[in-house]
Amino acid sequence: MASKIVPKKTPMRERPPQERVKSFKEVPFGYSPEEAITEAKRCLQCKKPTCIPGCPVEIDIPGFIKFIAEGDFAGSIKCLKEKNVLPAVCGRVCPQEDQCEKLCVLTKKFEPVAVGRLERFAADWEATQGESPIPELPKSTGKRTAVIGAGPGGLTVAGDLSRVGHAVTIFEALHKPGGVLVYGIPEFRLPKSTIYREVDYLIRCGVELKLDFVVGKTATIDQLLKDFDAVYIGTGAGLPWFMNIPGENLNGIYSANEYLTRANLMKAYLFPEYDTPIVRGKRVAVIGGGNVAMDCARTALRLGADEVRIVYRRSRKEMPARDEEIHHGEEEGIIFEFLTLPVKYVGDEYSWVKEMECLRMKLGEPDASGRRRPVPIEGSNYITAVDTAVCAIGQSPNPLIPQTTPDLKIGKWGNIEADEKTGKTSKKGCWAGGDVVRGGATVILAMGDARVAARSIDEYLKTGVW
Amino acid sequence: MYKVLKREKIVPNIHLLVIESDAIYKNAQAGEFVVVRADERGERIPLNLVDWDKNSVSMMFMEIGTSTRKFAALKAGDEIATLVGPLGKPTEMTKGKKILCLGGCYGIGALYPVIRAFKEQDNTVVTAIEARSAYLLYWQEKLKKYSDEFYEITRDGTQGLQGHINDFLQEYLRTNAVDLVYVQGCTYLTYLSSETTRPYGIKTIVGLNPIMVDATGMCGVCRVIINGETKFGCVDGPEFDGHQVDWENLLSRRKIYLKEEVYSLSFYECEKYG
Repeated sequence: MASKIVPKKTPMRERPPQERVKSFKEVPFGYSPEEAITEAKRCLQCKKPTCIPGCPVEIDIPGFIKFIAEGDFAGSIKCLKEKNVLPAVCGRVCPQEDQCEKLCVLTKKFEPVAVGRLERFAADWEATQGESPIPELPKSTGKRTAVIGAGPGGLTVAGDLSRVGHAVTIFEALHKPGGVLVYGIPEFRLPKSTIYREVDYLIRCGVELKLDFVVGKTATIDQLLKDFDAVYIGTGAGLPWFMNIPGENLNGIYSANEYLTRANLMKAYLFPEYDTPIVRGKRVAVIGGGNVAMDCARTALRLGADEVRIVYRRSRKEMPARDEEIHHGEEEGIIFEFLTLPVKYVGDEYSWVKEMECLRMKLGEPDASGRRRPVPIEGSNYITAVDTAVCAIGQSPNPLIPQTTPDLKIGKWGNIEADEKTGKTSKKGCWAGGDVVRGGATVILAMGDARVAARSIDEYLKTGVW
Repeated sequence: MYKVLKREKIVPNIHLLVIESDAIYKNAQAGEFVVVRADERGERIPLNLVDWDKNSVSMMFMEIGTSTRKFAALKAGDEIATLVGPLGKPTEMTKGKKILCLGGCYGIGALYPVIRAFKEQDNTVVTAIEARSAYLLYWQEKLKKYSDEFYEITRDGTQGLQGHINDFLQEYLRTNAVDLVYVQGCTYLTYLSSETTRPYGIKTIVGLNPIMVDATGMCGVCRVIINGETKFGCVDGPEFDGHQVDWENLLSRRKIYLKEEVYSLSFYECEKYG
């Protein structure tokens, strides 16, 4: 243990902005073993750790950090994997600043321990060591669970249940596993190989993965329940919202889901080597202020845009995007237009968007979310030239399962209703969690929900009591 | 990977593709489609289901861009990267009605499961298929089996009636009472048919083919304007009331990637044939 606390986190080296805007390679490099050990030694190893309650999947944070401090990286990743099947993912995309790191005792005087960077380090170190060892699996219980959606929640449920001896089959609608991690989060923030490695680990642990299978269409939940004892619904929030303003269906206007799916899942940034095209706009406007909007804006830059603007109706303070993402965007030259609301798109004679009409806003009284409500400033309309616009204002759950499962109780936003403490839905044998319950939230909250549901499923499979 | 059981050129540029599948037939219904992807670098494209059984699904496609060029080169025993379905809403079924079913181009194949389903529901089925010339018409015998009346129309008069499908449509509606018109084919055909039936006030259901990616309601590229409201072709359709479709918007959205499609095809051919 260091006798004197180093006040700041060990910095993580990054690709310089002018270099990274030309490529989809990952921006931060991750720690070297020396940097990781230095950072791990900043952890005070509190007797009563305050950080753990901040982690939705209850990782033994001081535990895995201690192993790193001692140079036992294999011990560290083993400790992480007891609680988290996706450490390489969470180390990169979790909002640690709002969770574990926020509760670190060091924050009273200094910067917290860089928990996320250390988690990433341990997982990335393991990837350099060849095929990772799989834990000893218990005898099969003979019970079968169907997990719908191979996103972060589904993968977590699969990992937790297979670890206690239940058979798990994951049904994924797309042709790759990973859900939002693969179609949504760009390569420069989360390399696909990282996800596939973690999914591969689960498959080696005995989890079965069925791709190209749309539950609700290929088979309904009731059909699945004939072959499975339990069903976990982790289908995410896949229905994109539009603003319903004039001109929104002009060519060149995307939902964030489409823009990111083309760029990430379909690898349109490698067109024509890959067959799926994407519009490489020169003047791009991205509407919205969350992480998804930041991902779209940074993708547009890498696709060769001259000018990319984030258009957000509130101010920087209310932006839901992580500080780190905003900071990266600023470094890369994204322009931020705060307190601005698009009200109309105008097309050229070929129905391609050429202009966007916007309205300036000011902040009024706080709304239900506690953030100050944006209020339009009368007569502040102005017109600006755009050739591509991406609408990243949010999404709601995909309706395919609710439509085909009549006894599943649905909330007013199209979300599936599930008990907070167990993840149980209104339908016997069915659990749900993550964005399909919460609307658009985060990867780690989906994983936390999954952990809760997995416990409840395990209990049900053992006792048969609903 | 999914095994190709058969790929057959039916008429010039139009092919039948039969892929092994033991999952899709269980819930498959007339009017639904599948998404296919030729290989790891391929694009996801929707194709109407033209038939299915417990071992396979069949699709009809026109060879036009990179993906369909790749599919047209397949032979039995090859594999494709993605096959997922059934997707979309099935054709809304009616009972005991008189239905005029029109098909052109790849839509002739797409018509087949729908008229079969209409016939099984005791509807009177009048089928009319159209092509430029006799050698482009196909599946007459299969279609006749479920049709009470059957017409062929060619623009050059080499088979059946001479003219456009809307000439036939005008004439038929003038002299016959029909409850419903159902159309499968290119956007121009569905548009033209809808505009022809409009003055008669006969409900006209059209199978649309907007661009899709995931085809499960996630991306929204397939949005179409129906009665002034934005709908998703993949989950709210692909069949809609032709009198409510914003055709201008659909026609322009179909062309979003025209430039890229041409470029992609020449890139593919240069790579493949040098």
